[in-house]
Amino acid sequence: MQHSKLLETSVGLFVALGLVSLFFLAMQVSNLADVTGDARGYRVTARFQNVGSLKVRATVSMAGVRVGRVSAIRFDKESYEAVVDLTIDPQFDTIPSDTTASILTQGLLGEQYVGLSPGAESEYLKEGDKIDLTQSAMVLEQVISRFLFDKAENGDKRASETPEQTQVTPAAPVASPIPEAVVPGEGAIPDVQQESAPAGAIQ
Amino acid sequence: MTVSLSDDQVLVAIRDLVFFHGERKIFDGVDLRFQKGKVTAIMGPSGTGKTTLLKLIGGQLRPHRGRILVDGCDVHRLRATELYELRKRMGMLFQSGALLTDLSVFENVAFPLREHTRLPEPVIRKLVLMKLHAVGLRGARDLMPSQLSGGMARRVALARAIALDPMMILYDEPFTGQDPISMGVLVKLIRDLNRELGLTSIVVSHDVKETLTIADYVYLISGGKVVGEGTPETIAHSDSPWIRQFVHGDADGPVPFHYPAPDYRADLMAAGLGGSR
Amino acid sequence: MMENPFQRLGRFTLEAMQKLGRANFFMAHVLLGSVDLLLRPRLLISQMFFVGVMSVLIVAVSGLFVGMVLGLQGYNVLSDFGAEQTLGVMVAASLVRELGPVVTALLFSGRAGSALTAEIGLMKTTEQLAGMEMMAVDPLRRVVAPRFFAGVASMPLLAALFSMVGVMGGYFVGVGLLGVDDGAFWSQMVAKIDFYDDIVNGVIKSAVFGVVVTWIAVYEGYDAVPTAEGVSRATTRSVVYSAFAVLGWDFVLTAMMFGDH
Ligand SMILES: Nc1ncnc2c1ncn2[C@@H]1O[C@H](COP(=O)(O)OP(=O)(O)OP(=O)(O)O)[C@@H](O)[C@H]1O
Ligand SMILES: [Mg+2]
Repeated sequence: MQHSKLLETSVGLFVALGLVSLFFLAMQVSNLADVTGDARGYRVTARFQNVGSLKVRATVSMAGVRVGRVSAIRFDKESYEAVVDLTIDPQFDTIPSDTTASILTQGLLGEQYVGLSPGAESEYLKEGDKIDLTQSAMVLEQVISRFLFDKAENGDKRASETPEQTQVTPAAPVASPIPEAVVPGEGAIPDVQQESAPAGAIQ
Repeated sequence: MTVSLSDDQVLVAIRDLVFFHGERKIFDGVDLRFQKGKVTAIMGPSGTGKTTLLKLIGGQLRPHRGRILVDGCDVHRLRATELYELRKRMGMLFQSGALLTDLSVFENVAFPLREHTRLPEPVIRKLVLMKLHAVGLRGARDLMPSQLSGGMARRVALARAIALDPMMILYDEPFTGQDPISMGVLVKLIRDLNRELGLTSIVVSHDVKETLTIADYVYLISGGKVVGEGTPETIAHSDSPWIRQFVHGDADGPVPFHYPAPDYRADLMAAGLGGSR
Repeated sequence: MMENPFQRLGRFTLEAMQKLGRANFFMAHVLLGSVDLLLRPRLLISQMFFVGVMSVLIVAVSGLFVGMVLGLQGYNVLSDFGAEQTLGVMVAASLVRELGPVVTALLFSGRAGSALTAEIGLMKTTEQLAGMEMMAVDPLRRVVAPRFFAGVASMPLLAALFSMVGVMGGYFVGVGLLGVDDGAFWSQMVAKIDFYDDIVNGVIKSAVFGVVVTWIAVYEGYDAVPTAEGVSRATTRSVVYSAFAVLGWDFVLTAMMFGDH
């Protein structure tokens, strides 16, 4: 009797230990604690010409702070655009409706995420709203070809204009909110320079 | 030899049994009958297939020809569940004992009771102690099988075989390794079980004297055939050279002492060909 | 009489197929026997003790050392790129995706699988299984099924333990000895390790390995030639086949789980 009690207790401890390990892996090692928060919160959609390698459950951040997650990525076969659902945590309920969504990269080669930069509107985003101002993912080939193209153009201009001015070319439109009509990649360069530094710290 | 299978005095009937172990023919058309409520002994030289016969009756081996009927059921045509139901009514004492080595003596005897009945613990305890008392090992209940001698292990196995009060018990060499006293007790136990509870017993044994004292009927098997049968008296006073040789333990006679082998002299002279042929 | 190579290959193939067929038949029978276990959980519990509890120590100690080695090696590589902050990610990802399930399965087959094979093989050799059959007790239900399910249930728990202790070991070396930032170690890990892709897939892997290793162990024991030599060969086969099966299945599962992105 004593023996079987000891045996049962030790098996009970073993099972508890295994479950605690699983719990530890789920809560402390993985993003389960974040993911389960997704069920709550409100959804907004944003359309992009190109989402690059953005994935479902990627971070949505604002000023480098995580405010939500990407909950779905679809393709709209009429407009040939990507439709991205963003689930924003409920406590962030004061995001202006003219906010811009950009697809950015953590660090030089890191994961892609959605960065929100606030607008000035006094109305706030709510469930089901659309974000109209978006900026697509940077596509490396386009950036490079653009850069080479500019270089060649500048070479021509150099003959007529002052050389100092030409060096700044890649930073052309510095203003952050850029309408989505802009060719992908064109506006991306300044944004990368602007936001990649805090991006690494986003949790 | 005519065997009438309809006879309801017959509990086990074996008809035209043929069985091979690999290439080797163990039984070559054997007919046997075991009477209800009687002790029937099977004797024969070592290696003739007595253990094999018991396993055939228990449904653990499948005959290549012939039928084995136990209580009217063809053992090898039964479905698995029916076979298990039949086995609940059969006890078997294995030659090796076959005790479960991770259970104590008490738990070994309690094993069939726990598996097949929902009896409360005090009842199980009482039953187990009664069976152990019958084989003289009530005091050894807490030992593990590894702490038993060969003879003790066999007696525990016997207690386990009778735990469920079966209708029939197959004993494979119950007397081997017993001292004269426990041998006497076992002989009495087998006879009592048989007389008082009406158990049918099939005893495989080499011990001619003991076997002849308890058996009601005896079969002698050799070379895959029945070479003699009859009541102990007829066996003891038989004129048949086979039976005489076996009963008196003579080395020379029609029953071969040797496993089939080539000529002794030729085998010895065939040096350099290795141990096997 | 020389047999030609094709004949040998053919016979080998036929024997392998036969064995596989018998093993499947055997498993179907054991699964049928699992119903009894619901009525008699005690049988399962006592096997969980021998199979699971007795493996805890070796799994935990191995996990600790594997995690510590990952911490050291990872630090050396990552610091060349100035990425020591991601040490936590590297340690945790290697553990939960690969090393946890695979190394635990290999340790388990050596510690518990071989013991199961030897135990069942010896029970066969000493006629205990035949004895049970004659007592109208089905050894597949009474002996094999509890051992099989104990192994299947223990493996994911042991693998989780291995991974957890391994992460601790990596933390101890990375943060404690090599000075990686404490906050970055955990936060990078949480950001990169995905619950479904990594943890759940790791648990699925270890469950599959649990089935494979325990199945091989109990089947080899049950199928052993009932002699001392037969049992010893079966035990060796059990460990060797388990290792092959675990590594092969690991490839298949990894391709299925992580291959599509
Ligand atoms: N598994 C097996 N495979 C092949 N041959 C076997 C096997 N088991 C037994 N045999 C052979 O079958 C014959 C009969 O064996 P069995 O054990 O029935 O003999 P036995 O009459 O009980 O002998 P003993 O009186 O010594 O116990 C033996 O000659 C043995 O060589
Ligand atoms: Mg025998």
